[in-house]
Amino acid sequence: MFEHLDAVILARVQFAFTVSFHFVFPAFSIGLASYLMVLEALWLRTGRGVYANLFRYWLKIFAVVFGMGVVSGVVMSYQFGTNWSVFSEKAGPVIGPLMAYEVMTAFFLEAGFLGVMLFGMNKVGKGLHFLATCMVALGTMISATWILAVNSWMQTPAGHLINEQGQFVPGPSWWAIVFTASFPYRLVHTVIAAYLTTALAVGGVGAWHLLRDRANPGARKMFSMAMWMAAVVAPIQIFVGDAHGLNTLEHQPAKILAVEGHYEPSPDGASLILFGIPDSEARRVDYAIEVPKLGSLILKHDPNAALPGLNDFPREDWPPVGIVFWSFRIMVGLGFAMLGLGLWSLWARWRGILYDWCWLHRAALVMGPSGFVAVIAGWITTEVGRQPFTVYGLMRTAESHSPLAAPAVAASLIAFVVVYFFAFGAGIYYLLRLMAKPPQPGETQPPSRPQRAAGITPAASGAGTEY
Amino acid sequence: MESIDLTVVWALIIGFAVFAYVVMDGFDLGIGILFPTLKVGEERDQAMNSIAPVWDGNETWLVLGGGGLFAAFPLAYAIILPATYPLMIAMLLGLIFRGVAFEFRWRDPRHRAFWDLAFTGGSVVAALSQGIALGAILQGIRVENGAYAGGWLDWLSPFSLLTGIALLTGYAALGAAWLNWKTEGGAQSHARRMVHLLAPAMIAMLIAVSAATPFLNYDYWRRWFDFPGVLLTAQVPLLVAICALVLFRSLIAGAERLPFLMLLALFLLCFIGLGISIFPYVVPRSVTIWDAAAPLRSQSFMLAGAMFIIPIILIYTGWAYWVFRGKVGTHGYH
Repeated sequence: MFEHLDAVILARVQFAFTVSFHFVFPAFSIGLASYLMVLEALWLRTGRGVYANLFRYWLKIFAVVFGMGVVSGVVMSYQFGTNWSVFSEKAGPVIGPLMAYEVMTAFFLEAGFLGVMLFGMNKVGKGLHFLATCMVALGTMISATWILAVNSWMQTPAGHLINEQGQFVPGPSWWAIVFTASFPYRLVHTVIAAYLTTALAVGGVGAWHLLRDRANPGARKMFSMAMWMAAVVAPIQIFVGDAHGLNTLEHQPAKILAVEGHYEPSPDGASLILFGIPDSEARRVDYAIEVPKLGSLILKHDPNAALPGLNDFPREDWPPVGIVFWSFRIMVGLGFAMLGLGLWSLWARWRGILYDWCWLHRAALVMGPSGFVAVIAGWITTEVGRQPFTVYGLMRTAESHSPLAAPAVAASLIAFVVVYFFAFGAGIYYLLRLMAKPPQPGETQPPSRPQRAAGITPAASGAGTEY
Repeated sequence: MESIDLTVVWALIIGFAVFAYVVMDGFDLGIGILFPTLKVGEERDQAMNSIAPVWDGNETWLVLGGGGLFAAFPLAYAIILPATYPLMIAMLLGLIFRGVAFEFRWRDPRHRAFWDLAFTGGSVVAALSQGIALGAILQGIRVENGAYAGGWLDWLSPFSLLTGIALLTGYAALGAAWLNWKTEGGAQSHARRMVHLLAPAMIAMLIAVSAATPFLNYDYWRRWFDFPGVLLTAQVPLLVAICALVLFRSLIAGAERLPFLMLLALFLLCFIGLGISIFPYVVPRSVTIWDAAAPLRSQSFMLAGAMFIIPIILIYTGWAYWVFRGKVGTHGYH
């Protein structure tokens, strides 16, 4: 029995590890693909060289990010079968078709047009090249839509029947399976998160170069665009996140109660615990700093509304409280920091010192990676909060895994950890190196030799002609 | 009756995806396998450039094969992947190294030799894992109560090692033939020499695997040699002989495209041969495609889209290949 449990935990750690690593890359490439589309459109419209420069600057970075997203994504599509075969067999008839649609409508679209986007400018001309860029951006959005439909079904399953073998099978309407209760909220929240993450990364890079050279037109343009995005999108994201939370309270109350750290029911309105240390054994939060009634005000929009507590749910149905309690606070804290940065940039813009305020640039630089942290923290909140189920309320994680012995899973987990830190660690290092180079002004044409922009000829042969 | 038809249709679609993967990523992986034999500098750069714009699309067919199996035959997906667990993990890790090397070798000239090695190592591991997995499936998987019931090294056998090396050789031959078509100068003459070596090796491996397969199980024997089916199945080795003959003649004549096309034809014949041995099983001799099939509603929902989307995919994939047609050139694309 103990061995049995170990294999499940190892498989969960492996999935969590590989999906967390993976998720960083699509979160960035969803945003970057759209940003590149905007840059190319602006360049085609205005003919201004700064847009072409920025397009090529970020295209090189996109190529590396996208490549890592692809190879870490293939792992995910096979891991359902290798480590969660019982889940795959039971849920395959319902979520399998959605994932097959993701492959057919998104992955092929991205991959098919990526080659032209990266290497084809001089082969196909501007119009078709822009079409390729748009198709890649569209592909990333379609991909997010399908995979979040799958995830939402696992969170708030609907539209299925259960047959005599215990398999989930499609009910009369596929619409009901795709558009489950949490899907619209999750989709909007996640896609905005990708945009915000990208805006902060672009802003951080822009700030870095502004700190070194305030006159660099590429750095000014990218910083300005990124700060507009942060200022506009961060408040929207906080609003959408709140709506997503209310939706979760309705459909997965135990998850929200774990996030809030509410063990006891609150019949006269719940407090908001800002910080504290949840102790699920003792069923209380130690050293809690709390604001009375604020929890109900946020979750019910009424300070005196009653909220249940985790004690109202069987102990075996609780998610791990400590993890989601903290991951949620990290996400929300960063969200408000992003809002603060956006507002600060508006103030700087109004004062006319957007490009000259070093402290703003330093803050933007520090906030550069914050989107990635927030995205992972949010993902942990929703996924760990789904525990102890794979299909919420219907299929337990402990009953979902493959008939594999613990040593096999332990060996693969170690292999994944070593390879990911090594290969993706190198990739992240290369990304930072690309970002550390300033965008150079002076080119109005797309690269006559796109090879270096996307890494197709040796760097030496293209050096110096790039910008 | 209708559901039976759709099950066969989905078996054909997934078979097509797997075949598309095998030949398209086959030449990518083959180039990876052959990479150490290419000269550092222009030869390697040309080889890399010849597949850089298309490798991602090629690899996507693997995801469609896996995803399609998950969706249309969830039971088979849930049996085959745990049964070949170490192979699948090795393949995925191999594909990671192979995939990142495309970008990283340009980003870091000081460590290019290392990423070239990762490119080769990843390609070899991925090719071997796929080939061994094929042998493991052919030799049979222990299934009890609709789940894998074997250990984690059941896949290892002399036969599965043979299929592993056979696929490795086949991929290398495809890669060499692709380079013979797409490159020029020193790289091309090197590639042509490699095809001369690898094509006969691949055919020898093909014969060895074909000769060993009927002895794995009487059922395979019966499928190939029972009268009157033998009249039909005998066409496969006959066509193999014809394709091999055309391949060698075209090589001697210095053709650029025909050797590659003949190798594709040989892969197709191998694939048909596998179909003859396996169909209608998806896990040989324990689970048929009908046992493993998802319900009709799942199959029809996917088919409604696949009918239109797969042809569109083929059109724009074809366009992407056409954009990068012709010789790679020695200085990237002009």
